Amino acid sequence: MAKMTYIKAITSGLDQVLKDDPKTLIFGEDVGKNGGVFRTTVDLQDKYGEDRVFDTPLAESGILGLAIGLSLTGWRPIPEIQFMGFTFEAMDGIVGQLARDHYRFGGQKNFPVTVRTPFGGGTHTAEMHADNLENYFVSTPGLRVVTPANPYDAKGLVISAVESDDPVLFMENLKLYRSMKDEVPDEKYTVPLDTAKVVREGTDVTIVAYSAEVNESLAAADALAKDNISAEVIDLRSLSPIDTDTIFASVDKTHKVVIVQEAQRMAGVGAVVASDIAEEKIMSLDAPIGRVAAPDSIYPFAQAENDWIPNADDIEAKVREIVNY
Amino acid sequence: MANGSKQIVDFAKIKATMADPYKHPVQVIDREGKVVDPDTLAKYSDDQLVDFMKKMVWERTLHEQTMNFSRQGRLGFYAPTAGEEASEMGSVTAFKEQDFLLPAYRDLPQMIQHGTTVAKGFLWSKGHVEGNQHENPNMLFPQIIIGAQYVETAGVALGIKKNKDEDRVAFVYTGDGGTSQGDWYEGVNFTSAFQAPAVFFVQNNGWAISVPRRKQTAAETLAQKAVAMGVPSVQVDGMDIVAVHEVSKAAREFAAAGNGPVVIETLTYRYGAHSSAGDDPSRYRTKEEEKPWFDADPLIRLRKVLTDKGVWSQDQEDKLVDEYKDEFKGAMKEAEAAPAQKVSDFLKWTYNVPTPAVKKQIAEFEAKESK
Repeated sequence: MAKMTYIKAITSGLDQVLKDDPKTLIFGEDVGKNGGVFRTTVDLQDKYGEDRVFDTPLAESGILGLAIGLSLTGWRPIPEIQFMGFTFEAMDGIVGQLARDHYRFGGQKNFPVTVRTPFGGGTHTAEMHADNLENYFVSTPGLRVVTPANPYDAKGLVISAVESDDPVLFMENLKLYRSMKDEVPDEKYTVPLDTAKVVREGTDVTIVAYSAEVNESLAAADALAKDNISAEVIDLRSLSPIDTDTIFASVDKTHKVVIVQEAQRMAGVGAVVASDIAEEKIMSLDAPIGRVAAPDSIYPFAQAENDWIPNADDIEAKVREIVNY
Repeated sequence: MANGSKQIVDFAKIKATMADPYKHPVQVIDREGKVVDPDTLAKYSDDQLVDFMKKMVWERTLHEQTMNFSRQGRLGFYAPTAGEEASEMGSVTAFKEQDFLLPAYRDLPQMIQHGTTVAKGFLWSKGHVEGNQHENPNMLFPQIIIGAQYVETAGVALGIKKNKDEDRVAFVYTGDGGTSQGDWYEGVNFTSAFQAPAVFFVQNNGWAISVPRRKQTAAETLAQKAVAMGVPSVQVDGMDIVAVHEVSKAAREFAAAGNGPVVIETLTYRYGAHSSAGDDPSRYRTKEEEKPWFDADPLIRLRKVLTDKGVWSQDQEDKLVDEYKDEFKGAMKEAEAAPAQKVSDFLKWTYNVPTPAVKKQIAEFEAKESK
């Protein structure tokens, strides 16, 4: 087994699905000869040809229209939207069309599209490159939304996403692309699209997080362990649907929960998790549900990014507050 | 010009002449019913011309009958089509069953011609899933978001090209207002960039609800917009079914041969309201404006040609109208007999593999529905 970065793991997963299914197509802005602006699709055009991996004109709505039309003619499209902020230009394509089309046909046609898109703060990008925009998509019936927090899940999830007959939004964290290395099998494996994972076991408190905040939560758990506070950390992996079974089982064990997200606090994934827990497990709780999230401002100017993004210290402080309630 | 000196570029001249290649609508039969292109007309047998006439009478009767149904509250959202018979029937008949149709909401008549039933059309209007399930799988549902069908056409056309399907194209409709959407440019441009087989129709009926064509763009023609994407285009008299058909056939042939897409602007007119949902054209246009278009009616002019040839009579037409009315009444009965829809089914069609929350909701609704 080789050590792979998060981005290499995604490339390896894409390589696998291109090899397995001759109907898969990768396309988008700069994904061809250039291998993507981050090199996620590097060498794939050389390996599979320009028919399978190709550049499109610069227009995100056009890219989604292409994906939907290609599905209608028997293809399995994997479009890339270069940055998640650019999905606004493809909102009708993703939300108004793709997510609804299987339903519109009464289940008679499938739209097996995987929309890949990078997001996430901490790398001092230009505006509209780093925003956590998952909230717009997790409220869309018909669309699955997944985001890996480590290289192993990145490869397994991207393969599952492409193999799924449902449309999937696959969110890739920019900061994790090259900052994480993991043991990743060279051979094919999958990670289920709709399950969370307990990434650290604990007994005193449950921390629910996703994407880069999983690492922050693990760092917080290390710090808390020094004071004999045992935190269990759950990586959601799937933001739609949310695997409540895994969360509820943990809450039943720890009776305390802190939910972490990098996105603004308002109407977010964390709010949905909190409401699910409140609805089903309120009698199991020994303390109020704690939340850690970015403040409700517009995504910050890059220089002040690190003051804004919730970090391990913020999580640790919130956990102490909840544990000592 | 400043100090009478010659400028390096004459923008005024460019602006004044840029529409020149596009503003000569193709015409075979003029508004008086006079044959202006006898060579083209000679390519059509009497039977073919009679068939065109029948299809236009069919569509006009469909229009009138659907307006009755709407008044009776038996249809949902419905976009009237009177005035656009030549544009719609002339174009759709140039395509083959294997061609992929991406319609908008005013294109139910073309969908029915392309391989679905009138009852399905009514079910779509009434809001029933069976209205999206057609015998010919080569079509989408009528698009409501104006422009989405254009970008999706790029994908269908590229898929056809990648599949190496022979003798197959995508064809799509929008109106004059639709050409103002970004998706219109993206769709035509993508298809052109990939040199994929598609024919893009713009049915310029003069009005986007209440906004007239001249307010959509300063461009003199809509056809000329295609040149920016490297796509050949043409205006055609959209009240002349022979001209529309001839141009559509040529476009299909050009696209199917691997030459990339074509844009066709049909000059037509929406006689009625935008939709059956309360639009009143007298709020935004005058009788004086409408009159010349009513006089240019596509049925009047073909009727004259056929009557002169001695192959059409008013009696024959009246009988057809009665037959079609019966057909549409029967279709309405069929639509009204469609099974009631179930929310549990809606939930089942939301995902291929239902999520845990959706599974729970399916069970809840099935329990309700079994009561």
